[in-house]
Amino acid sequence: MQEFLQQVVNGLTIGSIYALVALGYTMVYGILKLINFAHGELFMIGSFLAFTLIVSANLMEHIPHPVAGLVAVFLLVALMVAVIGLILERVAYRPLRRSSRLAPLVSALGASIFLQNAIMLVYGGGYLVFPENLVPNIEWSVGGINIGLMRVIILALSISLMLFLYLLVQKTRLGAAMRACSLDHDTARLMGINVDRIIALVFVIGPALGAIAGIMVGMYYRQINFTMGWAYGLRAFTAAILGGIGNIPGAMVGGLLLGILETIGAGYVAAAWKDVVAFIILILILILRPTGLLGERVAEKV
Amino acid sequence: MSRGWHNWDPRYLKLAYLALGVGAVAYPFLANTYWIDVANFFGIYVLLGLSLNIIVGYVGLFNLGQAAFYAVGAYSTAILNTAFHIPVLWLLPLSGLLAALMGYLISRPILHLRGDYLCIVTIGFGEIMRITLNNNPFGLTGGPNGIMGIARPEILGFRLFQPHHYYYFIWLIVLLTVIALKRLENSRIGRAWHYIREDELAAAAMGIDVNRMKLLAFMLGAGLAGVAGNIYATKMTVIAPESFSFWESVVMFTIVVLGGPGSIPGVVVGTLCMVVLPELFREFAKARMLVFGLAMILMMIFRPEGLWPARRYREEIRSAKEELPAGQKPETLSGA
Repeated sequence: MQEFLQQVVNGLTIGSIYALVALGYTMVYGILKLINFAHGELFMIGSFLAFTLIVSANLMEHIPHPVAGLVAVFLLVALMVAVIGLILERVAYRPLRRSSRLAPLVSALGASIFLQNAIMLVYGGGYLVFPENLVPNIEWSVGGINIGLMRVIILALSISLMLFLYLLVQKTRLGAAMRACSLDHDTARLMGINVDRIIALVFVIGPALGAIAGIMVGMYYRQINFTMGWAYGLRAFTAAILGGIGNIPGAMVGGLLLGILETIGAGYVAAAWKDVVAFIILILILILRPTGLLGERVAEKV
Repeated sequence: MSRGWHNWDPRYLKLAYLALGVGAVAYPFLANTYWIDVANFFGIYVLLGLSLNIIVGYVGLFNLGQAAFYAVGAYSTAILNTAFHIPVLWLLPLSGLLAALMGYLISRPILHLRGDYLCIVTIGFGEIMRITLNNNPFGLTGGPNGIMGIARPEILGFRLFQPHHYYYFIWLIVLLTVIALKRLENSRIGRAWHYIREDELAAAAMGIDVNRMKLLAFMLGAGLAGVAGNIYATKMTVIAPESFSFWESVVMFTIVVLGGPGSIPGVVVGTLCMVVLPELFREFAKARMLVFGLAMILMMIFRPEGLWPARRYREEIRSAKEELPAGQKPETLSGA
């Protein structure tokens, strides 16, 4: 039982990262009906930029307090990746908004290949290692379950970001405009909503959240590689589908659930098959309940 | 119907074909081993592109897991040959059949999914296949190292092992495939596929069994990829899971989309861009994928119908993109 609970805690940690990345997929899908294949790369770029700030630019040394230093890293990286997200939307997706469904899909794949290789050219193909003591190595034991400080930070930060986003979408005028756009662009435009600006906003928030997830992965696992965007991106996408794509609470639930299922699968079945778990869940969900746990209809209406 | 050249003088066309044929036969005498090998890979990828073109181009089903079928062909050849010593040439049709069976099993439950969801599920299947091969189930696939010592094909006692042997073998199969697909395009099946891509609902209303036709496309596409897998396995004599990664599926998908979905010459042009062109730019090996990514985006913006589009497809894309002036028929737009 204790081991099981430990697995659940581990799963929640990684799951909250999936959930953060999944939010980016689900928001873009909700508004543009586009699978932003490049989103995983934005996540990956987040962790590489953080590596640059922390290791190459030695940002932490220049800022007196280590907590302030970390906050600065998070904010700066989120900002930079949000700008990249904006450029991505502008260059790769906006010109294709009125074309067939195939075109944005291919464009997204192209953007993904481009970003991945750009990072590989700049940073090289090998693994980069984050420094060890960014977060003090404190561990608590609650009823026999070990919880490290880094885990607590990941959980707290991602859950508060998700809450923030949820409130933004549900309670503010801006959120109402976003929801309106996801229902119908033309009608939203008639209601005086600047649809282009809302789409741009989605491409700011999603990548920023993804980048924060990327930094946390870098700090938690400490090894980063230019291919990691693909692996995490696909899992996050699975999480979004699992919860019901286009549905923000769905992405959160889906992420956490996927994290737990994957960790338990790895712990009790076989570690080598861990990567299959996400895909099997993805396929089963799409076959059996394509609406996801909390989502809209996705099967072809014929 | 895929004629970007449809208004050429037929005499020139015949001449062009003749020149192309003579050039193709003479090529191994002119090129060195390295470039013959490039031509061999060119051929294998044309086959793969053609196989995916059935699914993505003719019917419009997004499939980003084609490497799974390629893997089934290659691994069934490798396993049956190394374990039971069945001659690999006999395994050529068999691996095609097994891959087609796999295509049936995979596509059957997911055909009802909408475009990009289908795409995601096929990515999932592709990854499951790769991970499975890597994990060496029942000691069959040899894990990350793969399988070694696959035999060479023998035709009436003549063993194919030199690059130029393979060159003729591969391109003969490509030629046969192209002829078969050309005929298929204009057959009842090909037309049914085309209608499904244009408008699934209308096709169903016309009495086309949409699901059966989609299944058929998946099975044919998978089978052809399986045949390509067999050729690849015997050519390399060593196969490993990394040759069937998601990246391979992306290359095949890009070949189809870049060349022009549904267009056979488009597949050849697309393969030229994706497989042969990188060989010319080997010095820039590292930056070339960067350029490809960018090219994919730019293509979709400026020439979404592909480099050598099928006429059917160009009409569809252009008329969806451009508002037609009143009273103007689509033919006048694309006839130029």
